[in-house]
Amino acid sequence: MTNIENNVLLKGIKKRFPGVNANDGIDFYAKKGEIVSLLGENGAGKTTLMKILYGLYTKDSGEIYIKGRKVEINSPKDAIDLGIGMVHQHFTLVNPFTVAENIILGLKSNKLIISIETVKEKIKNYMEKYQIYINPDVKIRELSVGEKQKVEILKILFRDIDILILDEPTAVLTPQEVNELFKTLKILKEEGKTIIFISHKLYEVLEISDRIVVLRNGKVSGERDPKRTNKKELATLMVGKEVFDVISLTSSKEKDTVIELKDINALSYRGHVALKNVSFNIKGGEIVGLAGVSGNGQKELEEIISGIKKPFKGKIYFKNIDITNKSPKERINFRIGRIPEDRMELGLILDLSVFENLIVECYDKNNFSNKVFLNYKYILNYSKNLIDEFDIKTPNLFVKTKTLSGGNLQKCILARILSMNPEFVLAAQPTRGLDVGATEFIHRKLLELRDKGRGVLLISEDLDEILNLSDRILVIYNGEIMGEAKRGELSKEQIGLMMTGSKKEELHV
Amino acid sequence: MFNLKYKIVKREKTPSVYFQILLPLISIFISLLISSIFLIIAKINPINAIIGIFIGALGSKFSFFETIVKAIPIILTGTAVAIAFNSRFFNIGAEGQMYAGALGATWCGLLNLSIPKPFYILFAIIIGFLLGGAWATLPAYLKIKFKVDDVVTTLLLNFIMIYIVSAIVYGPWRDPVSNWPQSPNLPENIIFPIIFPKSRVHIGIFISLFSVLFFYILTKKMKLGFELKAVGSSEKASNFLGLNVSKIIIISAMISGGIAGLAGVSEILGLHYHLVDNFSPGYGYTGIVVAMLGRLEPIGVLLSSFFFATIITGSQVMSRVSGVNVYISDVIQGITLLVMLSILLFTEFEIRRFK
Repeated sequence: MTNIENNVLLKGIKKRFPGVNANDGIDFYAKKGEIVSLLGENGAGKTTLMKILYGLYTKDSGEIYIKGRKVEINSPKDAIDLGIGMVHQHFTLVNPFTVAENIILGLKSNKLIISIETVKEKIKNYMEKYQIYINPDVKIRELSVGEKQKVEILKILFRDIDILILDEPTAVLTPQEVNELFKTLKILKEEGKTIIFISHKLYEVLEISDRIVVLRNGKVSGERDPKRTNKKELATLMVGKEVFDVISLTSSKEKDTVIELKDINALSYRGHVALKNVSFNIKGGEIVGLAGVSGNGQKELEEIISGIKKPFKGKIYFKNIDITNKSPKERINFRIGRIPEDRMELGLILDLSVFENLIVECYDKNNFSNKVFLNYKYILNYSKNLIDEFDIKTPNLFVKTKTLSGGNLQKCILARILSMNPEFVLAAQPTRGLDVGATEFIHRKLLELRDKGRGVLLISEDLDEILNLSDRILVIYNGEIMGEAKRGELSKEQIGLMMTGSKKEELHV
Repeated sequence: MFNLKYKIVKREKTPSVYFQILLPLISIFISLLISSIFLIIAKINPINAIIGIFIGALGSKFSFFETIVKAIPIILTGTAVAIAFNSRFFNIGAEGQMYAGALGATWCGLLNLSIPKPFYILFAIIIGFLLGGAWATLPAYLKIKFKVDDVVTTLLLNFIMIYIVSAIVYGPWRDPVSNWPQSPNLPENIIFPIIFPKSRVHIGIFISLFSVLFFYILTKKMKLGFELKAVGSSEKASNFLGLNVSKIIIISAMISGGIAGLAGVSEILGLHYHLVDNFSPGYGYTGIVVAMLGRLEPIGVLLSSFFFATIITGSQVMSRVSGVNVYISDVIQGITLLVMLSILLFTEFEIRRFK
């Protein structure tokens, strides 16, 4: 393993964070001209390991060899000097600057004055070479998420790196953009660069990698050749037990419309039009998935259905009652359940205790309280039952909610909403950042709701989640609904095209 | 990048109950230490001075009663501030609300009604509560409607109310007999009865204890207490989860201002018997220190009120005996607040060693 041709060699890396061993003695290597995938659940230690390699974290112990030489990497600057570049999950671009300006920002130069024309010429060469096309004169804030990522990659390639780390690069991309990215990665590989690809999406990893390293609980749980493994085996290595995708098969019989949006137009907080004439309805007994790249109006739509934002035009109906101007409380009383995207800021009051969060939407109902006093005996008993039923892992009812893990936080929200027997549930990014177990639990609960004849609107960036669960799919782009498809009517690629602005009619189905 | 051996990091767990009880005691100790530096600069032996304060406040039956008299308004303003802070309505205006309450009580007295004493007192209490509450509702309304910072508005409204009271006692309500800038003495029928003969301890102590009890029931049992806590923890989430945030903040302000108003009622009807300007040595501000030192908890507020009443009474006695300036009590109060605020960080953060 200590072969000189290993561009990267990590030996016995350990890193402890309060309460967890994020990296517990990891050995890892990557050769020249190789694409290695780091696969694992959230919290398995993938990002931590790579942040150590990139100098963002200091390791507790272990050794790092780059191109056969033992090194200490104490900052990203050290890493870049060694030829290591990293594309983060969150972009590090300056919004008011142009693409070209962002690319040269922070670049070392002996000259006092930089000719932007020469730089642009050089950028164009890179674009040709790696087939990443983007107008260098456009300002970053005018770019889509996928385009921003291209700038990030260009920026790093511009620094002449040999080792490229990509942290969950596909999370924000449409299927087409993923294909483009993979094409670029293959060119880089041919060129002899080392690519470390962090992901938790199995099929992607199988498609792009030369070698797959699976992490679990801070340790390497296996290493596989993609040609000689399959999704099931990888999933088992990731989770430690066999897992099954929850896939809804039975298309249940449809009932009456529960929620109907008519010509909704709304502004974003910045003041531009975020939703344009959005109309659709959701019936009882169906899950409708809203697919789209984030930032295309999903947030505003969620807020309008939740009742914390008002459209400037258009109406929402719940069972033919106009609820456009109804408050969140009134919507709760109509038994509209809302799982917000921002579960930490909106869905829960983190400084309150667990039981208080379980009753915060129903504390004013009969049994829970009279006009003045809360009925603590009933409330505690009620919360205790919910914790058992939803298997919420908490030391007791009274700890502050913020001490719970992500999956348990989401279970708290789910328990609170499902216990009020909702007629309709809005689920916005319900499984983002959750581990496989919690994701499966939430998917199952959403399907149960549907099978009980309730309506569900699933807003998700994860196209696979939408495809697996939805009976009907809507695609949103730039605040407009691009079209609607029944389960299985369109391919993933076709939906991907709609996510980037093609109307369904233009698809030539 | 960092080669520090120690780092301040966010706590993983909430610290134990003992630690939380210990914190105010530690901060009292540290503030007495820091105050000692000032005493030494003033060429006074700090140990003698501090012992003198405690003996002066608690050494005799008379001085103990005096301490209770001082504690009455402090308990009320402390409770008022703690209730408001619980819902993150930063009421710095207990001082002004107290003057508003005093104004209300005086107005009731000047009406010179001939109704039975208990009803007359109750009437004054209600009017004082409402006026104090109204004076706090104004900044709450501005906060909700126009997002005006409540710290600024509540603080500035103090001065307005204090000067309104001054203007009134120099003008329309000036005592025609003595011509002093104070209202005429209020009728006997509205004056708070004294509890212990030969002392100044009046029934205001029951009002203040009752308000602490109310505060306790509010936070531990009542629906409203839960709502205040929810809104205080996150307005954004509370609004999403269906709570009427504006209404809850307004109610919190009303109750807080009302209780601060009661401090004014009880000072006028229990101690001064007429309205006079500048009757408070800053009890409204002491209330802020009390609420913070008491960790915004009912029992804590009660205990820290007695602590500050002790310091205030004791330093007055000591200044008569040994010539130390009375302002030492203000110094201790100020330092205690700063120390407590710094020490409170340790409930959120801890110092940990890194290799």
